[in-house]
Amino acid sequence: MLHSLLRIIALIRKEFLAVLKDPRGRFIIFLPPILQCLLFGYAASFDLNSAFYAVLDQDRSPASIALLARLDGSTLFHRQADLHRIEDITTSIDYGWALLVIQIPQDFERHLLAGEPAPIQVIADGRNSNTAGTALGYVETVVNDFNADWRANHGQPVTSLRVVNRAWYNPNLDSRWTMIPSLIGTLTLMGTLMLTAMSVAREREQGTFDQLLVTPFRPFEIMAGKALPNMAIGLGQATTILLIAQFWFHIPFVGSFFVLYCGLGLFLMAAVGVGLFVSSIATTMQQAMLYAFLLVMPFALLSGLATPVSSMPDFLQTAMVINPLRYALDLTKRVFLEDAGFAQLGSDFLPLGTIGLFTLAGAAWMFTRRLN
Amino acid sequence: MTGWRAKFRRIRALTRKETRQIMRDPSSVAIGIVFPMIMILLFGYGLSLDVTRVSIAVVDQDASADSAGLVGAFRLSTYFGVTEVPSITGATTLLMDRKADGALLIPSDFSRRLHTGTAEIQILVNGTDSNQARIMQGYAEGSVALWRATQIGGASAGPVTVVDRMWFNNSNNSRYFIVPGLIVMVMTIIGAFLTAMVIAREWERGTLEALFVTPMLPGEFLISKIVPYFGLGAIGFVLCVLAGQFLFHVPLRGSLLLLCLAATVYLLVALGIGLLVSTLVKSQFLASQLVMTLTFLPAMMLSGFLYDLRSMPAVIQWITYVLPARYAVSLMQTLYLAGNIGGVVWLNLAILAAMAAILLAATRLATRKQLS
Repeated sequence: MLHSLLRIIALIRKEFLAVLKDPRGRFIIFLPPILQCLLFGYAASFDLNSAFYAVLDQDRSPASIALLARLDGSTLFHRQADLHRIEDITTSIDYGWALLVIQIPQDFERHLLAGEPAPIQVIADGRNSNTAGTALGYVETVVNDFNADWRANHGQPVTSLRVVNRAWYNPNLDSRWTMIPSLIGTLTLMGTLMLTAMSVAREREQGTFDQLLVTPFRPFEIMAGKALPNMAIGLGQATTILLIAQFWFHIPFVGSFFVLYCGLGLFLMAAVGVGLFVSSIATTMQQAMLYAFLLVMPFALLSGLATPVSSMPDFLQTAMVINPLRYALDLTKRVFLEDAGFAQLGSDFLPLGTIGLFTLAGAAWMFTRRLN
Repeated sequence: MTGWRAKFRRIRALTRKETRQIMRDPSSVAIGIVFPMIMILLFGYGLSLDVTRVSIAVVDQDASADSAGLVGAFRLSTYFGVTEVPSITGATTLLMDRKADGALLIPSDFSRRLHTGTAEIQILVNGTDSNQARIMQGYAEGSVALWRATQIGGASAGPVTVVDRMWFNNSNNSRYFIVPGLIVMVMTIIGAFLTAMVIAREWERGTLEALFVTPMLPGEFLISKIVPYFGLGAIGFVLCVLAGQFLFHVPLRGSLLLLCLAATVYLLVALGIGLLVSTLVKSQFLASQLVMTLTFLPAMMLSGFLYDLRSMPAVIQWITYVLPARYAVSLMQTLYLAGNIGGVVWLNLAILAAMAAILLAATRLATRKQLS
């Protein structure tokens, strides 16, 4: 038992040396996650912070000017141009000069004063339909405010039904609050899975893995010697991103670090397990890299990081039960923002543990089979 | 004349060798053909920002005809799955356990205050996934407004009404903008990632040094590398276009010829990056990490593929100007959805062509340096 432990420690030391002695290796382990965290923290946002719009005001009345002033008064909308002809609408949208074109027809104010419905037309550049949809929603809000005031000022009955919107856990619906906790799992998965898969494959290509297999080490010890250092590196990466989230992006961490790190431990076991399993199948570094990449890509993109899992077709939702990142994202976000505890996270802990056990056992079996 | 013929023969021989090498390595075929197909299917089906069915907990404390009508409007909507709960605590429990994504609270004085025009209802959403929460708020407000309009008889909803049109994507289908971006992703992976890995391996194994003692020139060497990988990329492109047409039914409004030209130019850029990186670092591990950081992740996050560039902070927007994927995504989205918008298409094509020329020239220079 003690000997076994000593052997594992020796292997762990060797593994750390192999990874960290090369300055380029050190650089590649810690610099990309930091840069990516900063870059994606700022870039990956579905929030609309500014929208350029053009106006074709055919009415040019006090009412139309008042409505447009409301848009200009918001911090979101910036008037890019005043158009004079219908044909200009097409050019503005086609060339992407304006995200929206607002067309106010000639008899706008007359309709308003007569108490009739006064339609305005809003055209959006739907090349990115998500942005366009959000922008249209904001226009509706501005118009609703205008309506409420108009009714109040013109003695029309106020029939408003006020909808009070409240969002739990993320009151301003800042997408950074969603994205950055998600990056803890995503960037760590990319780092550790690749690192693990490559470290075995490299030894294999150089022939040192066969040397390792003929030493008195048992397969279990070799596995532990490969898994533990990579998990430790993963924890280091996760902690780095956690620190950036709190001290750079100032996202409030309301949960418990103990729950978070238990979850991350299981997640890393699963990530390293998948990495080892990949490396047990691949015979060259290139193959290991490709297979790892083939797994990491769908894992990352279909985890709920970019688009919600619930919007995927059923067969993909079923296929993604093997995706450790899916559970890790749910777990980190919920601990981070919702203060979820063990009781609420059972649906994440259980699958993560299962994936870890299965992949590690699978890899161990593959390696022992090679031995015999 | 004989010089040219010899040159041609050398290139042909090398190209043939390279092509055979690709065909015989299962992992290259995997990444060249199987991988694009998996990506198109997984991401074409999996990546969707359209929130289809969210579960909402409804607390109706009023239990009047009016409130029942409002709840009915939510039940009728295809966007919501309604669970009625008797109390607010019931709703919050569902929300905390993630059994509901949001809640609608109708206070006991709803019906009475509705007739005096001061009614208020509350919509609670779980903000952990901010984009989904925002979309849900929009749907909920839409359902409320629709109910309100039918209740008070259309005309008085206003006075200003917004007629919105989403150009290029009338049905607001997020797949329309994701599929064109997907083509860029597939070509990035084949062009940059695969090429970088293969050439770095040749440097690692020393087979390139062996090649350089032959009478071959750096330019010829580059051409022989570009041709087969270009072929692989072209296959990936064709698969993507077919899938876009027949599986995802994304309209191609621009010309197919321009689309092919755009793909050709971008593929040359991607190949240029792959070749340059592998020539400079000469290590498979480093090359793969660098290519991943330089091309794949930016193509995913900083190109407008998913996240709109207009929403990013100014500094990040400047960074995107040096990334080829940005121009490629803009080009593809425009050609697919908007059509042949001369100014947009030629500007982006020209920038990409310039990038391709610079990258390939730099690679030639770097290869020559390695030789001497």
